[in-house]
Amino acid sequence: MIVADRKSLEEILGMVADREKLLILGCKGCVTVCNVGGLKEAEVLASTLRIAQKKEGRPVEVSHRVLERQCDNEYVAGLADDVGNYDAVVSMACGVGPQFLSEMYPDQVFFPAVNTTFFGGAVQHGVWEERCAGCGACAIHLFGGLCPIARCAKSLLHGPCGGSANGICEVNKETACIWDAIVKKKMETGRLEDLVAVKPFKDWRTARDGGPRRSIREELVKGTL
Amino acid sequence: MTAIKSGSNLERVLTAGHFAFTGECGPPKGANADHLREKFKYLKGNVDCVNMTDNQTAVVRMSSLAGCALMKAEGLEPNFQMVCRDRNRLAMMSDILGAYALGVRNMLCLSGDHQSFGNHPEAKNVHDIDSMQLIALVKKMRDEEKFLNGEEIDVAPKMFIGAACNPFADPFEFRVHRLATKIEAGADFIQTQCIFNMDKFRDFMKQVVDKGLHERCYILAGVTPMKNAGMANFMSKYVPGMDISESLIKRLKGVDKRDQAEEGIKIALEQIEAFKEMQGVAGVHLMAIEWEHKVPEIAERAGVLPRP
Amino acid sequence: MRLSYPANIKIIQVPCTGRVDIVHLLSALEDGADGVYVAGCLEGECHYLEGNYKARRKVVYVKKVLTELGIEPERVAMYNLSSAQGARFAEIANDMVLQIKDLGPTPVR
Repeated sequence: MIVADRKSLEEILGMVADREKLLILGCKGCVTVCNVGGLKEAEVLASTLRIAQKKEGRPVEVSHRVLERQCDNEYVAGLADDVGNYDAVVSMACGVGPQFLSEMYPDQVFFPAVNTTFFGGAVQHGVWEERCAGCGACAIHLFGGLCPIARCAKSLLHGPCGGSANGICEVNKETACIWDAIVKKKMETGRLEDLVAVKPFKDWRTARDGGPRRSIREELVKGTL
Repeated sequence: MTAIKSGSNLERVLTAGHFAFTGECGPPKGANADHLREKFKYLKGNVDCVNMTDNQTAVVRMSSLAGCALMKAEGLEPNFQMVCRDRNRLAMMSDILGAYALGVRNMLCLSGDHQSFGNHPEAKNVHDIDSMQLIALVKKMRDEEKFLNGEEIDVAPKMFIGAACNPFADPFEFRVHRLATKIEAGADFIQTQCIFNMDKFRDFMKQVVDKGLHERCYILAGVTPMKNAGMANFMSKYVPGMDISESLIKRLKGVDKRDQAEEGIKIALEQIEAFKEMQGVAGVHLMAIEWEHKVPEIAERAGVLPRP
Repeated sequence: MRLSYPANIKIIQVPCTGRVDIVHLLSALEDGADGVYVAGCLEGECHYLEGNYKARRKVVYVKKVLTELGIEPERVAMYNLSSAQGARFAEIANDMVLQIKDLGPTPVR
């Protein structure tokens, strides 16, 4: 899923400083699963903003609600009746949400309440880790099912680098050296020879480097077949 | 390992079977060419070639390519270091061509320290290709006379290709395999990370020799003389991938502060003697960090002068 | 036991402090409470195993929110006691009220 972190209250308050009627808009997609931007978090943020503004003696009206998904026009359209009732909308979805909203409702202002960080999963309740870089050409099977593009600080295809010590990445003591894990897995499974050959140069056209990407499933697109 | 690939001095020394002795030089944190020329004086005639570091430890310095050109003008042979952190494949190939046009004949292909260690941790890193592929790229440009896309190169850069190796990083058992891949990719010579744990290095070299890698590639052992016990302590604690034993720090601490530099040089000289005898070691790469003026003395006392 | 505790405390009963949510604590503050505290079972004694630990983490979260807003984090607190400790209950209530009186009225009006 897409993982995000809530922006600081200071930053959010700065964004909405001159607005008096706000909607905090959650999303039931990824940000609900990573406990950052669902209905509950929208409710907490709304209450927090009201407390902040009351403290400043500047009461504002802050409502909250949640959309099924903010990355789907079908659901974004559900806001049509309500969107004009506010001075601004604070979206708690990943970076996709406020863009879909901005595109559909050009007259409204949408502020992002979260920083979208990575594609990952929960390794334990409350802890998420990056697993995928969305490079558009998955090759994890070559690396024992572990992605060095996303998980090596230098995206090495031939690691580990000289800074790997005791299975820990030189860049951050909290980060495991993924190449250490790849090598050990290959050793354990007796497939070390998989790592000996020089790998082909990566074609980054499928990644962000090739420009904004688009996926088309023709069987789903009306009028194409 | 006999057909001449680049015609560099280092290649000539190694193929003739001499024990190579290479040096290192960091460009200034500024455009001070005179400072660099000053350092060259100590290195000239005392080493076979001099590595010009490339934004080493991710700290911005004068470009390694410019440093190489300045070195060349002073009559020394440069070893052009290139890291994968700061350039994509386009910039790499154009710099390789530029370097060759300026008379550079040796290259050292590196991943590069992560930018978080340097003075611009906010930077975006590149890592379009990795050090293994950089070796393969330089080889392709030299041997096939082609760019990465297969297009012909007008005048191809004929580089003597170097790579680094840290025998002390983890997992230790894999290090020799990674070295083999570097050789497979096209490395003609290897300069190792600074060696302080001689037992572990001996163990590593035994694996290298058992695999016959020393017959496919020249291995230069990295030596860094310690200026004092504080430096040893610092490197052991803060420089990634360093294996510095307590006994070495103790030995330096064991002598008077004024004599620690001399003790550090003595240790380096003992190491060089050991490397001369060690099977599979084709030379020494001396990294006298900000201590270039000591190189003539170390070369003299190591008995590696005059250079062939 | 005829123990008395301050009359300006409004008690809201929940089956387990694990039921207390961040938004409950915030709502109380938003509505003008000068302080809020959660009285949970003794640690390790939760009938639902870890309800009181969950409550503790939520209290810590709200403390952080208050700090970010420039409001004294001491206005929220977590206490642990058993249902048999009547005297302790009164003591905690008095402590909390004293602490809040020290801080003065809430800036959230």
